[in-house]
Amino acid sequence: MDFVLYGLTAFVILGSIAALEMKSLLSAVIAVGVVGLGLSIVFLLLAAPDIAITQVVVEVIVVTVLIRAASRVPAETPSLRAGPARTFAGAGLALVAVGLLVAAFQTLPAFGSQRFAPALWYLEQAPDLTGAANVVTAVLLDFRAYDTLGEATVILTAVVGALAILRRPSSRKEESHV
Amino acid sequence: MIMYALAAVLFGVGLYGLLVKRHLLKKVLGLLILEHAVNLFLVEVGYIEGGTPPIRIEGADAAAFVSNAVDPVPQALVLTSIVIGLGLAMLMVALTLRIYERYGSLDANRMSELKG
Repeated sequence: MDFVLYGLTAFVILGSIAALEMKSLLSAVIAVGVVGLGLSIVFLLLAAPDIAITQVVVEVIVVTVLIRAASRVPAETPSLRAGPARTFAGAGLALVAVGLLVAAFQTLPAFGSQRFAPALWYLEQAPDLTGAANVVTAVLLDFRAYDTLGEATVILTAVVGALAILRRPSSRKEESHV
Repeated sequence: MIMYALAAVLFGVGLYGLLVKRHLLKKVLGLLILEHAVNLFLVEVGYIEGGTPPIRIEGADAAAFVSNAVDPVPQALVLTSIVIGLGLAMLMVALTLRIYERYGSLDANRMSELKG
């Protein structure tokens, strides 16, 4: 079980490196799809079926949009690649960040050893208080319903924003640019 | 611990993409990977060894459910985070396309030199 998780997560990490380093944008986008779908299996193994399902749906939509975008813009030409100095500086900074994170994670309880205190209250009370068999949806739609309302607002704002950005002035004469 | 470290490595890969890549679409991909890493870490925090999904089947033993189920709170919040990530990705891709149409380039270094 543990080794399946390690293997899948390593696969996801390899996919994300491929997504960043591939020359063809289409391949890079497909590699990002591999990352998302691999992660959804990891979520399933971590006993989170709701997240796994959502991840699959979201990943399919994101990859579709990214493929459309990738077909419209030029690929990463050698002149767009960062020089060795910037590459090493960036990689060094990323390594430092990983080191700091791993050091910080040492203070957490070991992986899989215990839950945080509120979990027990939710698990004991939520099914009876809300009548929902699935405690995740009970938290999402009952205890934190305002969060979910905010989430819907964020999605609406993002869609309106994307439409406003992509809308082109069609019939009217193009207004002068500032 | 190894699972936490792997999430940290995924975070590092995304950070590398954001810092080093000059192609704007590659930067977007880096940010998406960063987001995946954070989601993965939050779900890992709620996991317990041999845990079951936090879904109580009718007629099941309530005490066994409470002692075996994984933490539902991080899962609910990650669910929100994933869906918001979708909106974020849409907005970033729309901006990238618009920038390319307007400036004819996706070079982040040149963006900072352009005005207007």
